[in-house]
Amino acid sequence: MATTITMPQLGETVTEGTVAQWLKKPGDSVEKYEPFVEVSTDKVNAEVPAPVSGVLREILVKEGETVATGTPIAVIEEVGAQSSAPAPAPADASVQPAPHAPTPVTPAFAPTHADRSPAATAFSPGLQVASSATNGHGACAAADAGSLEAALRKASPAVRRLAREHHIDIRTLKGTGAHGRVTAADVLAAAQMGPSAAVGQAIASAAAPAATPTRSTVSAPPASGTSTYGEPIPGTLIPLTQARRIIAERMVESKHTAPHAWSMVEVDVTTLWAWREREKARFERETGYKLTLLPFFIRAVVESLARFPLMNARFTPDGIYVEKDVNIGIAVGLPTNLVVPVIKHADTLSIKGLALAAAELIDRARKGKLTVDDLSGGTFTVNNNGANGSYASAPIINAGQAGIVTMEAVVKKPVVVENDAIAIRQMMNVCLSLDHRVVDGYIASGFLADLKKRLEAMGPDGVL
Amino acid sequence: MAVMNNVEAVRATLYDALKNDERTLILGEDVGARGNVFLITKDFINEFGPERIIDTPIAEASIAGIAVGMAMEGLRPIAEIQFADFIYPAFNQIVGEAAKIRYRSNGEYTCPLVIRTPYGGGVRGALSHSVSVEALFYHVPGLKIVAPAFPADIKGLLNTAIDDPDPVLFLEHKKTYRLVKGEVPDGHYTIPLGKANVLKPGTQVTAISYGLYVHWALEAARKLEDEEGISVEVIDLRSIRPMDKTTILESVRKTRKVLIIHEDNKFGGIGAEISAMIAEEALFDLDAPIRRLCGPDVPAMGYALPLEEEFMSSPDEMAAAMRELARF
Repeated sequence: MATTITMPQLGETVTEGTVAQWLKKPGDSVEKYEPFVEVSTDKVNAEVPAPVSGVLREILVKEGETVATGTPIAVIEEVGAQSSAPAPAPADASVQPAPHAPTPVTPAFAPTHADRSPAATAFSPGLQVASSATNGHGACAAADAGSLEAALRKASPAVRRLAREHHIDIRTLKGTGAHGRVTAADVLAAAQMGPSAAVGQAIASAAAPAATPTRSTVSAPPASGTSTYGEPIPGTLIPLTQARRIIAERMVESKHTAPHAWSMVEVDVTTLWAWREREKARFERETGYKLTLLPFFIRAVVESLARFPLMNARFTPDGIYVEKDVNIGIAVGLPTNLVVPVIKHADTLSIKGLALAAAELIDRARKGKLTVDDLSGGTFTVNNNGANGSYASAPIINAGQAGIVTMEAVVKKPVVVENDAIAIRQMMNVCLSLDHRVVDGYIASGFLADLKKRLEAMGPDGVL
Repeated sequence: MAVMNNVEAVRATLYDALKNDERTLILGEDVGARGNVFLITKDFINEFGPERIIDTPIAEASIAGIAVGMAMEGLRPIAEIQFADFIYPAFNQIVGEAAKIRYRSNGEYTCPLVIRTPYGGGVRGALSHSVSVEALFYHVPGLKIVAPAFPADIKGLLNTAIDDPDPVLFLEHKKTYRLVKGEVPDGHYTIPLGKANVLKPGTQVTAISYGLYVHWALEAARKLEDEEGISVEVIDLRSIRPMDKTTILESVRKTRKVLIIHEDNKFGGIGAEISAMIAEEALFDLDAPIRRLCGPDVPAMGYALPLEEEFMSSPDEMAAAMRELARF
């Protein structure tokens, strides 16, 4: 008996999904619960398990295509049933992902891809190899094989063994050895940071201007969000990924519907900084994660939200809904994407608990392994903008929340203190965007002042 | 605990052995009336008499040959070759006889013989007072080779060598004789042969050496750690053969990078064997090619200072090699 598989609904507000990758090709057998297709939706990539055991008969939606939830995407012939479905038509062969071959692109994307090849040759020395090959796909495959060979040639026996043991692709690591060689210590460091670290590093290095261009960007399907911006070519159009389109829609929606008001306070974090400095080595040794200012900040935010519950609320046509839970979204910028995973019940966690929860979410965000659940339920958002040196910023509110605060860069400044003396203090700006429909400046500034007071009272002593 | 230099450590250990065991005796050139060219056996002849402190002719084959016979018949001879450079005539007796007696007699005879000899350069000893001979004997099963660097190790290892039922070649680096001082525990004690000593723990590079160069390697490693934060583990082999594989491999598996340092020529040297052993046992732990910093493959150390310096390594050179490996 043939079972038609439809596009699943991944998340309560999701109405469509993109087939990111077929994990099986027609003719392959699939076990019940075995992932057979990867679907990407609003910032989430999910592997869809097969509802029945059998043989994948037909693929109805090509990789990269977006269809509404409930649309048939494949047919599985159940085990034991007589085959009544026709053998895969030759036309289907074009959408079968062959092992090691570049993933085929959608017809709509193909011309863009073709346009890119000469441009890539012109702008990127790393891609000149491609120009000598007979076609784009072949060139990409050859270039990838070459980079693997080159990586292995420089990899010591220890690096190869450790990479194998820890399931780390050494090509994704940034080498700290002589001439950028990946050392055994690099592999171990990546392994210690968790399985996502390698991917995170890869993403980070892909974003760095000096990084070697990744050939996969040219051949990647449009659905794989991480590679879209890998190599922007002047004069070409970068097709929207699902994630990028939804980010765009959400930003416009929020900015257009929620009247943003903005305020900023300057916070003296000298003692907080000292506290964190004292704790950070031990924390990293004990947990394997770096201790940033973020968990301290979140702790102060949830305490201030408790005093100002209207900041933990949302505007509805029927009234202001004051949230029951305090779920803090943390904005995680990825090279091509922005995700806001949520620390649920952040008000119940200690600073250490917040640090671990945040680190774990950030890790998975970088790996692209966040679940729908990780991304939903946020009631207030924190953005650690200062990590990149920003001094002030005007963030856009996450739709459905009353506000978003940013931590800006911590800088040493001369400050007038008691008795008109001037002291050098570590200062940080905290910026707040608020939905003026929910609260007015009176509450918002009260919240900011309270947050400032709490941050300034933190450290130099304390328990994480 | 007394502070001694290496000469004093050898002398004190020999003295105790002569005192405690009537079977022990010393034979060699100038060991009697002259009291050895480094004064190691000074006045021994007065106390123990010419039957146990035997001045021999300048005939190394005979020194070794007679000692082999003495050892086979129940004595505990400690033969001295005045300088390792002169050991070649005794090669037949050491390699062809001493090392093979247990095997040849099917275990009926053993050869509890110690051959002590000062070796090594850096003392303006030129062609015939600078040589390192360890690799020449390294190849020979049945011989043990010891090359301690510290006074306390000299005492413990010389005691063990004298007790050993088979021949032991005991190498004393002559530049360390009065240069190196250290505390030596009182009373009789032994240090097992074939046991290396981790002088300084480290995480990034393993430096393996013996003799004079151990001191320089240690100096280089400490400087690198203090000034550049580079962490080098320094292993003093102490015994060249048997090789302490366990200590070497443990360290290599930790640091994944190996530097072998010795004064003896590189080609076919001790470092070659250690490299081969590591490659066989720990290839998949290596994160860098094994590196050897050794004497050049030239016939001898020149007398002229620039030639001697060119032959000898230095703490700076060692530090540079360690640094390069750490950064590799």
